[in-house]
Amino acid sequence: MTAPLHEPTAEAAPSAAEEAAVAGTGAKAVQGRSLGRIAWERLKRDKLALAGGLVVLVLVVIALLAPVITNLLGQDPNEYHEDLIDPLFGTPTGSFGGISGDHLLGVEPVNGRDILARILYGARISLLVGFLSAVVAVILGTVLGILAGFFGGWVDSLISRVMDGLLAFPQLLFIIALVSVMPNEMLGLTGSSVRVFVMILVIGFFGWPYIGRVVRGQTLSLREREYVEAARSLGAGRLYILFKELLPNLVAPIVVYSTMMIPTNILTEAALSFLGVGVKPPTSSWGQMLSSAIDYYESDPMYMVVPGVAIFITVLAFNLFGDGVRDALDPKGSR
Amino acid sequence: MLAYLIRRLFAAAVMLVVIIMVVFGIFFLVPRWAGVDIATSFVGKQADPAAVEAVRQKLGLSDPIYAQVWEFFKGIFVGRTYAAGGDVTNCAAPCFGYSFRSEQAIWPVLTDRFPVTLGLALGAAVLWLIFGVAAGVLSALKRGSIWDRGAMLVALAGVSLPIYFTGLLSLAIFAFGLNWIDASYVPLEDSFSGWLGGMILPWITLAFLYAAMYARITRATMMEILGEDYIRTARAKGLKEQTVIGKHAMRSTMTPILTMLGMDLGALIGGAILTETTFNLPGLGQAVLQAIRNQDLPVILGVTLITSLAVLFANLVVDILYAVIDPRVRLA
Repeated sequence: MTAPLHEPTAEAAPSAAEEAAVAGTGAKAVQGRSLGRIAWERLKRDKLALAGGLVVLVLVVIALLAPVITNLLGQDPNEYHEDLIDPLFGTPTGSFGGISGDHLLGVEPVNGRDILARILYGARISLLVGFLSAVVAVILGTVLGILAGFFGGWVDSLISRVMDGLLAFPQLLFIIALVSVMPNEMLGLTGSSVRVFVMILVIGFFGWPYIGRVVRGQTLSLREREYVEAARSLGAGRLYILFKELLPNLVAPIVVYSTMMIPTNILTEAALSFLGVGVKPPTSSWGQMLSSAIDYYESDPMYMVVPGVAIFITVLAFNLFGDGVRDALDPKGSR
Repeated sequence: MLAYLIRRLFAAAVMLVVIIMVVFGIFFLVPRWAGVDIATSFVGKQADPAAVEAVRQKLGLSDPIYAQVWEFFKGIFVGRTYAAGGDVTNCAAPCFGYSFRSEQAIWPVLTDRFPVTLGLALGAAVLWLIFGVAAGVLSALKRGSIWDRGAMLVALAGVSLPIYFTGLLSLAIFAFGLNWIDASYVPLEDSFSGWLGGMILPWITLAFLYAAMYARITRATMMEILGEDYIRTARAKGLKEQTVIGKHAMRSTMTPILTMLGMDLGALIGGAILTETTFNLPGLGQAVLQAIRNQDLPVILGVTLITSLAVLFANLVVDILYAVIDPRVRLA
């Protein structure tokens, strides 16, 4: 995702001679460096954003290695430990939700499944849906936004109206409705995989207008630039202009909006699972854990705190990182 | 202004038609493509074939989709009769469908639950507008100060916290731990203080999330506007800072806030699903969620339609207010 950033945006930059002349002197010198370099140097100074990025990295590693980590801990997310449950109240024995050397974050009420293992596996669902639905949204939004901005006329009107319409929709309701009418088996997938697949598609579909609107606006202003005219006068075709001239200059806003979209999507996934239309048990997900925790908020508050904090840390990390990326890529930014 | 109004009304009407088509598409076409028999979802999977067939006849599910849509809309204005053999079910004038699961018409369910959701959304909106916008403006004016950093950090945390988690936390702390309030819902007609007690936590929880969002947007917008030429002009001609901010800057800052307010309020009025689930409030959102769990399609259809109408209406109101605040909009 970040690879294109490091390509020099030669089309937009002044000639090499000018660059050399102003190099090292204040704001103008910044233009001589590649967009990716400038952004990275700004980002490096933003400690909060770096911390956010680091947490995101750690989370991704944790999610990828979830089976390995749980094996090392000797826990299984679906193994019952009924011996750790108070038979009278159904809540874990011991303090703080049954925290012990074996169960670092305690166990669930009633069946005593290890909470840490379920949190680790839940991270996979959250990040998978969060990332992939952002990818769907970015692809749809970029393609349709660039088409609308570049071709104008009825193409623009049509795509813009669709975007306005989707943005005015009661989204959560429609996502719930769509996910719930989907069959339990499709394209050779069953159970939770279907739900994950459908959630990725549906969340991505409702997210694309946010990126589409920005890309369209940028394209509208970029297509009138001299370098596009120059390319055209040299006989460049439409496709060449779209992909070689316009797209590289759209990378910054696209990167910004996709990093900001991931935490929103993670929250949506958690909300869907919280409402019972997300992944199906026994597959674990943070939203689902919170939903079961509703019944125990009085007797076993730890059960709700753990998945809640997991969601909070994840989304906060993405938001911090996203804000940092936005500031770093902002052409008007002073830092 | 009149031309603008007519344009907005027309756009709203087009949007309404599109929403209706999409709603019907989701509930009647998607299951068909996916190979799910809708009739079974009206009576339940355990139902015997005869019952399924009766429902199919009653609801006219074998009819082409346009006929079904037409029947549905005729029902809203003149009422509807569902008949299969000797079994007849009547659904009076504003008929938004009939649930064969719960054996009741949808309209009374909607009117029952609407006040709960409306009270929740409006109460929270007042709170988040006051606190969110105030925090955002102060942050923009004192950019870089301790206050600004602190407020923005809290706001960032606010937008990162899922509402059902803050809701549960507040319940655990204030209702259960400290025992300050009785957090169960009491209808407004029964007791005002009881209603207030039941609504205060949902209001604060909901308002916290939105206030965080609004504070962030207000701050960003305000800072951009403070850099505009007309603000410099206003200062240059010797206006008091109070007037520059209060009259000139605030007016422009309010336009994007208003757009957001319209969308958010519309969406919430259509059912604050997460908040209502967390606090067990008997509103529209809870109704639709129950309906989804029971696969009670007529209820989902009715609520979805009402919700869409609420969003549409809220957007229309915002568009009109927009034109009042910002005269340039009328020409666009």
